Amino acid sequence: MTVAQPQPEGLTFECETGNYHTFCPISCVAWLYQKIEDSFFLVIGTKTCGYFLQNAMGVMIFAEPRYAMAELEEGDISAKLNDYDELKRLCLQIKRDRNPSVIIWIGTCTTEIIKTDLEGLAPKLESELGIPIVVARANGLDYAFTQGEDTVLAAMAARCPDKAPVAETEKNERNAIQKLLNFGKQKEDVAQEESEYANHPPLVLFGSLPDPVVTNLTLELKKQGIKVSGWLPAKRYTELPVLEEGYYVAGVNPFLSRTATTLMRRRKCKLIGAPFPIGPDGTRAWIEKICSVFNIQPKGLDEREAQIWASMEDYLQIVRGKSVFFMGDNLLEVSLARFLIRCGMTCPEIGIPYMDKRYQDAELRLLEKTCHEMGVPLPTIVEKPDNYNQIQRIYELKPDLVITGMAHANPLEARGINTKWSVEFTFAQMHGFTNARDILELVTRPLRRNNSLKDLGWDKLVKEDAKV
Amino acid sequence: MKLAYWMYAGPAHIGTLRIASSFKNVHAIMHAPLGDDYFNVMRSMLERERNYTPVTASVVDRNVLARGSQEKVVDNIVRKDREEHPDLIVLTPTCTSSILQEDLQNFVERAQLDAKGDVMLADVNHYRFNELQAADRTLQQVVQFYLEKAKKKGDIPEGKTEKPSVNIIGISTLGFHHHHDCTELKRLMVDLGIEVNEVIPEGASVHNLKNLPRAWFNLVPYRELGLMAAKYLETEFGTPIVDITPMGVVETARCIRKIQQVINDQGANVDYSEYIDNQTLYVSQAAWFSRSIDCQNLTGKKAVVFGDNTHAAAMTKILAREMGIHVVCAGTYCKYDGDWFKEQVSEYCDEVLISEDNGQIGDMIARIEPSAIFGTQMERHVGKRLDIPCGVIASPIHIQNFPIGYKPFLGYEGTNQITDLIYNSFTLGMEDHLLEIFGGHDTKEVITKGISAGSDLNWTREAQTELNKIPGFVRSKVKRNTEKFARERGFNEISLEVMYAAKESVGA
Repeated sequence: MTVAQPQPEGLTFECETGNYHTFCPISCVAWLYQKIEDSFFLVIGTKTCGYFLQNAMGVMIFAEPRYAMAELEEGDISAKLNDYDELKRLCLQIKRDRNPSVIIWIGTCTTEIIKTDLEGLAPKLESELGIPIVVARANGLDYAFTQGEDTVLAAMAARCPDKAPVAETEKNERNAIQKLLNFGKQKEDVAQEESEYANHPPLVLFGSLPDPVVTNLTLELKKQGIKVSGWLPAKRYTELPVLEEGYYVAGVNPFLSRTATTLMRRRKCKLIGAPFPIGPDGTRAWIEKICSVFNIQPKGLDEREAQIWASMEDYLQIVRGKSVFFMGDNLLEVSLARFLIRCGMTCPEIGIPYMDKRYQDAELRLLEKTCHEMGVPLPTIVEKPDNYNQIQRIYELKPDLVITGMAHANPLEARGINTKWSVEFTFAQMHGFTNARDILELVTRPLRRNNSLKDLGWDKLVKEDAKV
Repeated sequence: MKLAYWMYAGPAHIGTLRIASSFKNVHAIMHAPLGDDYFNVMRSMLERERNYTPVTASVVDRNVLARGSQEKVVDNIVRKDREEHPDLIVLTPTCTSSILQEDLQNFVERAQLDAKGDVMLADVNHYRFNELQAADRTLQQVVQFYLEKAKKKGDIPEGKTEKPSVNIIGISTLGFHHHHDCTELKRLMVDLGIEVNEVIPEGASVHNLKNLPRAWFNLVPYRELGLMAAKYLETEFGTPIVDITPMGVVETARCIRKIQQVINDQGANVDYSEYIDNQTLYVSQAAWFSRSIDCQNLTGKKAVVFGDNTHAAAMTKILAREMGIHVVCAGTYCKYDGDWFKEQVSEYCDEVLISEDNGQIGDMIARIEPSAIFGTQMERHVGKRLDIPCGVIASPIHIQNFPIGYKPFLGYEGTNQITDLIYNSFTLGMEDHLLEIFGGHDTKEVITKGISAGSDLNWTREAQTELNKIPGFVRSKVKRNTEKFARERGFNEISLEVMYAAKESVGA
């Protein structure tokens, strides 16, 4: 996907007012601080940001998290206080109390508006403190929810070492995944194992996933003789992968377009544009695409995919013929819709905060192909949706399931409309063949619950007619 | 800048939204970036609200930064007016909009030209007020707005109601047990033969605000919310205020006596003393509990209280005055109203802590090592870490603090609920003794991650074995005290001898 592909025909794209509910992108610290074990996230913002994080992260907040707010006060806003001195004071405190390997500054709406030059301050402070400081401007003025991770990873991409260490052994030492896979093996065994891989240029994957999913996808590619040289982000900041010019990179999540752009333009890597490994169909298409780029004949994928579908038959029976409506808030919507259509559902509308048609090109084409093969109408993709209008459409369409944020879930349920809370998809393990069932576990949960309640006559629990 | 991990009171706009969404048919439009409408999630989740939260955002994005909101805010207000016909739209500034310094008042005036409903700008400065102050202010603002409007139209009903009546001011959405408290207060008023004129803001219609002056007095149950509105009504219409929180037996009685005085001053001829006696002695179980053997076991036990002004003050008085419990420290996060708190509790506790820093509060608890904590969800987690039970008495709170069952904190039923809460929080008296006698049922190693300091001292095997014999629920306390003792005297290894020396010296 180095040049713009012709746009897929048939899918309709619309753009509404952008009056929709989603999480603030600073929420990415919740999963990233857990993923990058030696990091510390400092969110430079106001009480509003802090209140959101505190409430959105629930009990995580009590676990002495490796994140904090640098709460701006009136003196900071009116520039009575000096940004540099203030940040230095706080970062010294963090260094003293937590000694992280990296401090990640999350810029917010406020730092944007008052034009705090975080990118300018960071290098100075970095050399003074001796701790890398990475700046990610994950704010609600520009981004939605999961795009926060995108801004962090794009900033991290600049910090990846650009030369592989000379000695091969050292390289193995650097790489956590490799270490994991080689654990307890002798050097000769490792060398022998190297021969199990096809001869292909280095491949680095990007996107933050829980470690079990990382291992799982890495092994899935290993079966095809493809070696994953590194993963952005790694378990620790000190283990960021090497990125040399000409390396291949592939995304695992649909919201990583800035990271992809950075890897291509700044690090001169080649992006493999593939559908995302969500659902067995997506996972297979993802592996196939990577194989095709490396001229490898994929093996055993037919059986593997068929076997996964067969194992989900009980759930498929529940969803077949049902309709699903995505209100849109986390950018996973296209991949999930494509998977659910393959499961036998119909989907009238895919709401999505932001649609990068280039980065998601392969995914969009797979969606289209899936619709044709399943004989269902193509969905309308609504970018920057308007929640009020969507609710009117939901009343008209009466979908069997609405995937939506928590702000609308209870009110819709009270009006007899099944909902699934969308944020759960962000935190669930759902990538690869193995986790496909978990997606259906989530999707069918409201349907299963309501099956057990259906004879009670408790569908509609509001007195007046629905008012938004 | 301030390094912060946790905050007790939310940002100002949350307070405004709590007021706006408490009223019926009032809509709030936030001038805010994407993602700031998290209030909707909280209301929908915590209150399990069936209806859509009447809050939308007029989104501030890059275009707004570059060119200003221009027509956007006005269009959004007019659109919402058309879609839902609210009586009132409250334009709510956020931290973002307060630094953009757009002329929001001007947007409101322009929108008012096209909107059928009323439009108003919430007058709160994000950087100076917190959630509670903003809520208090917004409620007063709404009340004043509609009374002035009615005055202009000559619409204010003449005189007072025929029978003694009350406005209950300050019941709001996302308030700690507010719904149950409201029901309990209404029941109490029925018992006292007092009509409830209006309850605001929860469930009230702005059209009824003009009736507020008809009440004989205003009851403001919570210190944080409603006092400004009540003071406005007092100044404008001379309506007296009863601002004694009826929480706990003594305070409930005091509140009722005050009501008696206030309405007798206006010509009612009531005597509630018999009612108070009857309730105190026979209906509420709290007074009897104080006298019972159970409560005797609590005598002199150490407790720490932390929360908002209303609940922390009332709780401190209940513990100290009604149950004989030793409140070592009482604290509040309402720094802006700290003097009031000090005045309320100083005679009932050893020390007063006024702070918004959860770290400081955690350290205070670790230092005091009370038998029970009464605080917010944050203190509950501190308690978990230190192995000290905690009863939650104030916001910030989780979904489990929005119980479906009837659990008021105010009035006579409230005294029963609080009694249960307190009693269940302390390790049950007899169980306590039995565990001590039989060496406890919990012999597994307890990993204590102290909030102030981890363990840097070595325990010899014998000492460790000895420590393990100590019942689970006091083991960590003994461990900490012993280590404190050892550190102070410069031992770096804890042997059996050191352990016994510590026990003799500090009673560890």
